[in-house]
Amino acid sequence: MAYAHAQRSLTIGEGGLAAFFVVTAFLTLVAAAKAEDAAFAFHAYLGAAASVAAVFAVFNRYFRTPELPPQEIDGRPNYQLGPVKFATAAAVLWGIAGFTVGLIIALQLAYPALNFDLPWTNFGRLRPLHTSAVIFAFGGNVLIATSLYVVQRTSRTRIAGDLAPWFVVLGYNFFILIAGTGYLLGVTQSKEYAEPEWYADLWLTIVWVVYLLVFMGTLMKRKEPHIFVANWFYLAFIITIAVLHLGNNATLPVSAFGSKSYIAWGGVQDAMFQWWYGHNAVGFFLTAGFLGIMYYFIPKRAERPIYSYRLSIIHFWALIFLYIWAGPHHLHYTALPDWAQTLGMTFSIMLWMPSWGGMINGLMTLSGAWDKLRTDPVLRMMVVSVAFYGMSTFEGPLMSVKAVNSLSHYTDWTIGHVHSGALGWVAFVSFGAVYSLVPWLWNRKQLYSLKLVNWHFWIATIGIVLYISAMWVSGILQGLMWRAYTSLGFLEYSFIETVEAMHPFYLIRAAGGALFVAGALIMAWNLWMTVRSGEAESAAPRAALQPAE
Amino acid sequence: MADHKEVDALSGTATTGHAWDGIKELNTPLPRWWVLVFYATIVWSVGYWVVYPAWPLVSNYTAGVFGYSSRGDVAAELAELQKVRGAKSTALADATLADVEKDQGLLAFARAQGKAAFGDNCAPCHGSGATGSRGYPNLNDDDWLWGGTVDEIHQTITVGIRSGHAKARENQMPAFGRDGMLKRPEIVEVANYVRSLSGLPVRPGSNLEAGKKIFAENCVACHGDDGKGNAELGGPNLTDRIWLYGSDEATIADVVTNSRNGVMPAWEGRLDPVTIKALAVYVHTLGGGK
Repeated sequence: MAYAHAQRSLTIGEGGLAAFFVVTAFLTLVAAAKAEDAAFAFHAYLGAAASVAAVFAVFNRYFRTPELPPQEIDGRPNYQLGPVKFATAAAVLWGIAGFTVGLIIALQLAYPALNFDLPWTNFGRLRPLHTSAVIFAFGGNVLIATSLYVVQRTSRTRIAGDLAPWFVVLGYNFFILIAGTGYLLGVTQSKEYAEPEWYADLWLTIVWVVYLLVFMGTLMKRKEPHIFVANWFYLAFIITIAVLHLGNNATLPVSAFGSKSYIAWGGVQDAMFQWWYGHNAVGFFLTAGFLGIMYYFIPKRAERPIYSYRLSIIHFWALIFLYIWAGPHHLHYTALPDWAQTLGMTFSIMLWMPSWGGMINGLMTLSGAWDKLRTDPVLRMMVVSVAFYGMSTFEGPLMSVKAVNSLSHYTDWTIGHVHSGALGWVAFVSFGAVYSLVPWLWNRKQLYSLKLVNWHFWIATIGIVLYISAMWVSGILQGLMWRAYTSLGFLEYSFIETVEAMHPFYLIRAAGGALFVAGALIMAWNLWMTVRSGEAESAAPRAALQPAE
Repeated sequence: MADHKEVDALSGTATTGHAWDGIKELNTPLPRWWVLVFYATIVWSVGYWVVYPAWPLVSNYTAGVFGYSSRGDVAAELAELQKVRGAKSTALADATLADVEKDQGLLAFARAQGKAAFGDNCAPCHGSGATGSRGYPNLNDDDWLWGGTVDEIHQTITVGIRSGHAKARENQMPAFGRDGMLKRPEIVEVANYVRSLSGLPVRPGSNLEAGKKIFAENCVACHGDDGKGNAELGGPNLTDRIWLYGSDEATIADVVTNSRNGVMPAWEGRLDPVTIKALAVYVHTLGGGK
């Protein structure tokens, strides 16, 4: 095979990236050789393999591309869609994996025998696998895909950086691989939603800083006078997640060649850091980031202007200012000082309307286009997601009120609340975005089948309703049973009796989860067929969406 | 990018004049109800800060005019609970175990407290219904390893069995097979003899006489001449068809070979004395108490 001789010199980016990966290949090989535990050695070898592959990929591209891709073709921006495509496909695959593990652990709660008495399959390891797979692998890839797409289109410019966007997408998914395999091997720092150990955290930090640079760089070279609202939300998400990640993962490794580390914070300070992080992972990853998706895809799909610019700006600033305070409501009635609990609760209450600002803007954008809900199941999915967003952002402040929290805390109600947000809002708006993106990215006229989208919509909606109503009932039942006293002043139920009472609801929850997984499989099939056999869009670049048929 | 303001035909509202990838924004004012509710939550929060502990200061925090604290809350709730439990709780603390069981009102109270404590402390091993499981005694029957009177039960709960407590109930069955005291055929013989004590069928051709002799030489010190056990020493009764680990020949032979040394924790120091008392009464009155 004859490579065309490169007619250009190696760019600084190519040379720098290759040098970087030569260094990481060397470091990871040393780490693998001196590793103190098997999991660390395994991860070091993975790192070495990935580094070598990256060096190869950089030079391969150098020899195969005599010219760098132009910024514009015929006066139109030459958008870079490769990384977006990769992240979109990864999101679908990770999503199915994450939902499936969720179903497995739901069944384990109903039937503990399904732990199989194996360390790799027990609930304690699979649960973080589920949460990380759905939040960071599925949600994260959706956010990266849509943000890199939206920032280019709404800035009318090719993305900043040449290889950097690829570095972000591939580097992020390599982080997911390290995190996920680590959980199965028992590597964890035991901090909820921040389980990956120090070396994975370090890698993610590098990737995330590059992500921020790529995103900001694109905004800086934008051809529009103003920054589009979706990009405010994406930028808030990227910056805040960086801050949270650094604060909550301040750890000291036991050894430079071992997987274990200890957190710098102690006692209640650590708890406060953890929930400052944990709550704002919800606030900035799962809310702000996905509001960015909503602000682009709903008006785009509905072909209507955004309802209120003023509302968007007020609710944006109010949301990001207030959200960051709300973490202590996860620590009501604990060793956390009362004053901190009060602040966490009151800021959660004040957060209600700023959260709803997004819902109003999402739903009211449909005014004048409500009829499209009949014909476009993709739009319907996104509108229902906004409704779920409104519901869970009302429920959240409600549950932060100490009196309510004393009943709801530690019960399944919390699980139900999280899933009405996660399945109803985050996943549904993601599905809507992915259904929209795939035909655009692969230059297809339309989806393979809108009927299948309709099926997905209804199956998944029924699944969500089963899931959250089962968890509401079981959570409130559980909370009431825990606090029930006999007339003589003794606890009425032992803990195991409350566990037994949960069983039927765990079955209903698992049934809901199974429906949700089934819906996602239908989506994957539909998207696959769209890419594989969809009719190509006519030569002219997409001017506006096809009207719904 | 058209920077002139245009009016959206459907809503009659002006746009902001920008478009991004075809997306425009209307210049709709903030919904009035939204603004009002937002203000209301802020006013409510400020009010809450005034009356409850809220803002950190240099070395203190604003305590709020209600004088609220979570600790105070807990203390009040516990005091309330004591009021509900009332005089009976004091009476239970003062009464002897025998007196408790004679006083119907006190007995019902002690059983209620014992049941609650049992569910969260004892049920993990003995089962919710105290029916036990393999290796964990059934507390409903009348077979008691360390005695079934209420005082003996109270003592067992307090100090535990092989628990590490200074006064723990201790005994140790030798591992006759593992330590080479008995040979395999002898173990099978004595196992069959033990089965015969409670009328269980024995292996055809078993030499029960030989088994009896082995039993007499090795087992009677704890299990008694007649195999009826000795609660003083914690030696189980082997004649009552109640088995902790199982009655088949293989299981009995395994016990003789390797012995068993089950552990029950001491609850002194983990539960308060009144709760232990209530537990003793509860277990004693489950049906098998002596």
